Amino acid sequence: MKEFALIFRLKDISDFKPSPGQMQERMNWLGSIAAQNKIADKGNTLLPIPGSAKTVKPNNVVTDGPYTEIKEFISGYVVVKAENIDEAVEIAKANPIFEQVGGSIEVREVLKRD
Amino acid sequence: MKKTQSYNELLPHLFRQEYAKMTAVLCRHFGLKHIEIAEDIASDTFLKASEYWALNGIPENPTAWLYTVAKNKTRDYFKHLSVVETKIKNDIKQDNFRQDNDFELNEQIISDSQLAMIFAVCNPANNSESQIALALQILCGFSVDEIAHAFLAKTETIKKRLQRARNNLRNDNFQIKTLTRSEIQSRQETALHTLYLLFNEGYFSQSNNQFIRKELCSEAVRLNFALTENPLTNTPQANALLALMCFQSSRIEARTNEKGEAILFNQQDKNRWDKSLIEKGSYFLINATNGNEISKYHLEAGIAYWHTTDQKDKWKNILQLYNQLILIEYSPITALNRTFAFSKVYGHEKAILEAGKLHLIENNYYHELLGYLYTESNTSKAIEHYEKSIKLTKSETEKLTIQKEIERLKIKKGR
Repeated sequence: MKEFALIFRLKDISDFKPSPGQMQERMNWLGSIAAQNKIADKGNTLLPIPGSAKTVKPNNVVTDGPYTEIKEFISGYVVVKAENIDEAVEIAKANPIFEQVGGSIEVREVLKRD
Repeated sequence: MKKTQSYNELLPHLFRQEYAKMTAVLCRHFGLKHIEIAEDIASDTFLKASEYWALNGIPENPTAWLYTVAKNKTRDYFKHLSVVETKIKNDIKQDNFRQDNDFELNEQIISDSQLAMIFAVCNPANNSESQIALALQILCGFSVDEIAHAFLAKTETIKKRLQRARNNLRNDNFQIKTLTRSEIQSRQETALHTLYLLFNEGYFSQSNNQFIRKELCSEAVRLNFALTENPLTNTPQANALLALMCFQSSRIEARTNEKGEAILFNQQDKNRWDKSLIEKGSYFLINATNGNEISKYHLEAGIAYWHTTDQKDKWKNILQLYNQLILIEYSPITALNRTFAFSKVYGHEKAILEAGKLHLIENNYYHELLGYLYTESNTSKAIEHYEKSIKLTKSETEKLTIQKEIERLKIKKGR
């Protein structure tokens, strides 16, 4: 079994707060993966709001955000167990955010540092 | 003195209640290393009670009578020791064993000793199977045969298991005295887990002996209650676990018919659910919210609570709790129960797809679930899955229940 990080990106900050119904669907998706014993790390939500998000750049440049309305931002991640990347992609496809608000999920194999 | 005849009914009951407590109190005196001496004195005491009470009737206060006899027997034991210089005495001396020949006795000491004994038995050096067996023997006063019966195991197997577990217990430096905060912190989780398993052993056991099964459940409740009675061990988790046990216990009577056959949840007569236990469960569940941590006991108690209700969003809530539970800890049975809840919210068709992802084709409950999910849409498939389930299960009761369902489906199909 390999591990894959699924990195969630949303298009708009207003999509960040799901309705209770949307939240339930997202939890069902996560619960469904866990029921197959394929969760390696249930991950976390990454807050994109002022005071909770900054970007550090060279020469001590620190900017607020990203919590932009122009480009996609990362909203969270989970790590799943799968035989190969195709299986991980299938898991990602079932995520309800595509129907709910759009956005994208980046699937990346985890190479563990020993 | 009461009438002689009732002593046959009272003694087994008293034995279960008091034997374990007495052993714990005596162990406080002798040290865990010499637990056999404590058990011998406790057994002798009950033997004397059975002989004396048969002839003379039951005393006014049987418990006090038993402790007086135990005290005297302990005193005799030490007299005997001081006369004969035995190896064991030197052993005991080396253990800084208390030399006063008498012991204090009050409610506090009995309850402290019992609590300490729970934590002594929940020794991480033993695996969980051994811990339960040991708990049944030392904390609940079960005989080896009764334990073997509960586990559906051979008496010899249980004997060996207990022997190994007792060796570990003796080599442990655990003291039967008032517990310290650090001892509690390091073992509370194991203690709760053992009680959880003890309860489940009774509640879900494959044994058909209803009496033993109920005893296991009520013993787990009794010990868990002891934890909530002491400020040091009265944690949110302990309350959550007790709430879970109360909710589950409320359905014990409704789960089987007069013949001892299982009645599925859907077909249970809700009037046979014990309302007072449901109320107790709610009380402990409220106590369990004194803190920020949500343990698996909280989630399971929440699920069991929703099962006792008839509210509109019942199954939605149950499904969400299962989602959280399975994220904390995967187990095939949780995965299957989650899928059942899913079917209640989203319908059988979608649930069949969810079930297909679980990869549990060797699990009898997996096929039982699919049998249930296919019942309306595809009778042949339903029968097929139920038949696989019968092949995989070891429980005779379950085989009977499922066979009945297959017969019903076959008649339906024939129409």
